[in-house]
Amino acid sequence: MKRILTAIGFILTAASAQAEVEIQQLTTDAGIDVWLVEEHSIPFVAVEMLFEGGTSLDVDGKRGATNLMMALIEEGSGDMDARTFQRERESLAASFGFSAYDDSVSVSAKFLTENSDQAVALLAQALNDPRFDQDAIDRVRAQVLTNIASDEKNPNRIAGNAFYAAAFGDHPYGSNSDGTIESVNALTQEDLFEAHQNAFALSRLSVSVVGDITPDEVGPMIDSLVAGLSADGPALPDRVEFGLPGGVTVIPYDTPQSVALFGQAGIKRDDEDFFAAFILNTILGGNGPQSILMEEVREKRGLTYGIGSYLVPKDHAEMWLGSVASANEVMAETIDVVTDQWARVATVGVSQEELDAAKTYLTGEYPLRFDSNQAIADIMVGMQVEGLPVEYILNRNDYINAVTLDDVNRVAREILDPDALHFVVVGQPEGLETSE
Amino acid sequence: MFRKFAIALSLWAAPALAQDVTTYTLDNGMDVVVIEDHRAPVVTHMVWYRSGSADEPVGESGVAHFLEHLLFKATENMESGELSDTVAANGGSDNAFTSYDYTAYFQRVAADRLPLMMQMEADRMNNLILTPGDIETERQVILEERNMRVDNSPSALAREQLRSVQYMNHRYGVPIIGWRHEMEALDMDDALSFYDLYYSPNNAILVVAGDVDPAQVRALADEYYGVIPAEENLPERIRSQEPPQTAARRLTYIDERVSQPYLVRSYLAPERDSGAQETAAALVYLAELLGGSPFSSDLGIALQFDTNTAIYTGAGYSGMSLDDTTFSISVAPAADVSLSDAEAAMDQVLTDFLANDIDPERIDAIRTQLRASEIYARDNVDGLANRYGAALSQGLTVQDVQDWPTILENVTAEDIKAAAELVLDDRKSVTMWVAASQEAAQ
Repeated sequence: MKRILTAIGFILTAASAQAEVEIQQLTTDAGIDVWLVEEHSIPFVAVEMLFEGGTSLDVDGKRGATNLMMALIEEGSGDMDARTFQRERESLAASFGFSAYDDSVSVSAKFLTENSDQAVALLAQALNDPRFDQDAIDRVRAQVLTNIASDEKNPNRIAGNAFYAAAFGDHPYGSNSDGTIESVNALTQEDLFEAHQNAFALSRLSVSVVGDITPDEVGPMIDSLVAGLSADGPALPDRVEFGLPGGVTVIPYDTPQSVALFGQAGIKRDDEDFFAAFILNTILGGNGPQSILMEEVREKRGLTYGIGSYLVPKDHAEMWLGSVASANEVMAETIDVVTDQWARVATVGVSQEELDAAKTYLTGEYPLRFDSNQAIADIMVGMQVEGLPVEYILNRNDYINAVTLDDVNRVAREILDPDALHFVVVGQPEGLETSE
Repeated sequence: MFRKFAIALSLWAAPALAQDVTTYTLDNGMDVVVIEDHRAPVVTHMVWYRSGSADEPVGESGVAHFLEHLLFKATENMESGELSDTVAANGGSDNAFTSYDYTAYFQRVAADRLPLMMQMEADRMNNLILTPGDIETERQVILEERNMRVDNSPSALAREQLRSVQYMNHRYGVPIIGWRHEMEALDMDDALSFYDLYYSPNNAILVVAGDVDPAQVRALADEYYGVIPAEENLPERIRSQEPPQTAARRLTYIDERVSQPYLVRSYLAPERDSGAQETAAALVYLAELLGGSPFSSDLGIALQFDTNTAIYTGAGYSGMSLDDTTFSISVAPAADVSLSDAEAAMDQVLTDFLANDIDPERIDAIRTQLRASEIYARDNVDGLANRYGAALSQGLTVQDVQDWPTILENVTAEDIKAAAELVLDDRKSVTMWVAASQEAAQ
């Protein structure tokens, strides 16, 4: 087993204390790259596995297959039906999580040192040899159908589904990854085996391990977890442009408070201006009470309980999004304030003071993220997915500090566009109508 | 094939080992809990007040939460918003929360910023300055918060109705965020009189968790909090208690926005009391046995596996409460099953549970999971901080918190049966149906 040892220690910008994370990069006998942090003070291990692709790999006409498949991984495998498998897991006090996202599926496992062999064997069985028994399919399908029906009465989900459909059309990003009542009802056992085959491809795997385990134990453990998975998966979806022009879409819904999802095209994660945009978003709407949108919409005017904005760089498209909820009587005013601020920041920019405050916050906050086994496992798998080297942890605050006021305000001018901002509003907003 | 593994945890692993927790009381009556975790150079600094929505004056529901918002405004020494801005400028985050029995404020920041956090938190314990503009704007904000959390959510509206029926006489029947008509009338005097009485060191608990030295924390606490005088008129915490319930209560909540009908059965239940946590511990097992995991609980097996009666079943109990709490069971019927049939199936499970012996293997499995959850809990120092803060503001002691895992460990089948007999009594029940229409509520 090849092993590169990288020890990373970094100094808190805002403090004299030193956080030290020692990341070991291993390659297993089967060729899987794993990032490991040993932490022997608590007798458990956290494993994070992420496979790129996700629900966007749903085959045509099989929307919802990946989502349903992931919900069924813990519902029977090997010689165990769902109840036997779960009783086994409960007796080990292990916790397994299986999630499906647009661009990935993830497996999160947490198990005790004292029975780690049994827990790993059980998880390996679930990942490599799922059964997709018909009774389990029917039971979980009924739960998924309930979720889909609930979404149709949930203002936030109504807004999201309409927004993404208008922005991305026929691309997988344009439809709910749970599927529709029709598509989910039509899914067969065969479809689920196919979705399993497609979603779990070794070439698209990132793995991190944190906890009470040694490097020698990690390799065989990971190899056993993925022993039966396919080497590669089907082609990923094509790139898609954000296709929603500026304007307002009102979807009438009888509820006292309107909710709005708003956004425009964003910026790629690997764009050289990404850090400038990231800082800009922090100032605009990313950092809670300190953000411009919170100050203008909540603190000054009391129009909402919360408003935020987010950079969303997906694998095949990028968005700059925001969300807010306001009483029906004042949603129109909220939208005016947001649009005005979007325009002001695009033209006037932000101040040196705002930039400095955001940098201090971001550089001070970063080391605080590394405060638990689970958090470190999540961070490490995220870095691998983005193709970042281990040294990124050391350099990340330098990237933040290197951004100048000119950079931020140039990016504001180039990207923020109040005329391109589209609001999807669900509720009975007074004085607000659909417009392009 | 079902294989059973013998689980023997050789060591009893407490969440934070006892030697990692240090406690003391300042001369002015402020309690202090220090939890050491030196894995990362981070500290969580919290101040908990033993005052929540259930301590509010009649007619002023929501004032405890309203005041929580207003505590981020100006003081004699800070501008409005300065505390949060300062925390952010130091790379930290801060927030606050209000419940029935407590209001708590916290910051999470690099460990060497602790003195600054204490200085600011101590300042706003005594020196708040509010303007009429603060009151007007922030009242709009809490009304929008109510819109978001409650009025836009049929399940939250239903829960509000259920609690108001469950608690006829106790303030737990009034929502934490407040009834809208009373929130709309909250004013400066309401906020300040709550503040002046309750925001005092002898009504507060300081919890500091993370990369800190208990002796240094003590010196800092003396310096910043120790100088604040105690409130001599702090009232004893006496609330109207529930009378014995002698008749089952029922309600049906209809809201067009409900897509999946469901029912909730709620029983008044004892909470964890200082020195007497055994019944509460048994109820933790009871909730797991009846509705913990759909794959192994009685309701899950009977309604989701053996029959296709429900798409969801669950049972819930939390012993963390100053006064009587609730034990609840929820069932969402399958597509072609009525609420009435689902309720009958649920009742049959309860009847069978009371009539039969409990499978000892199930108790052992739950015991193992509760032990393991204590090990996993050590990975989250904020969770441990919350555990102590909530306990001390709800009538428990540090000793009670540290005894709890052992009490859970020692629960027997007989204890669980006795707790079930005590709590699962029809005459003490409230049953709520939630549906989109009268037709669906059958």
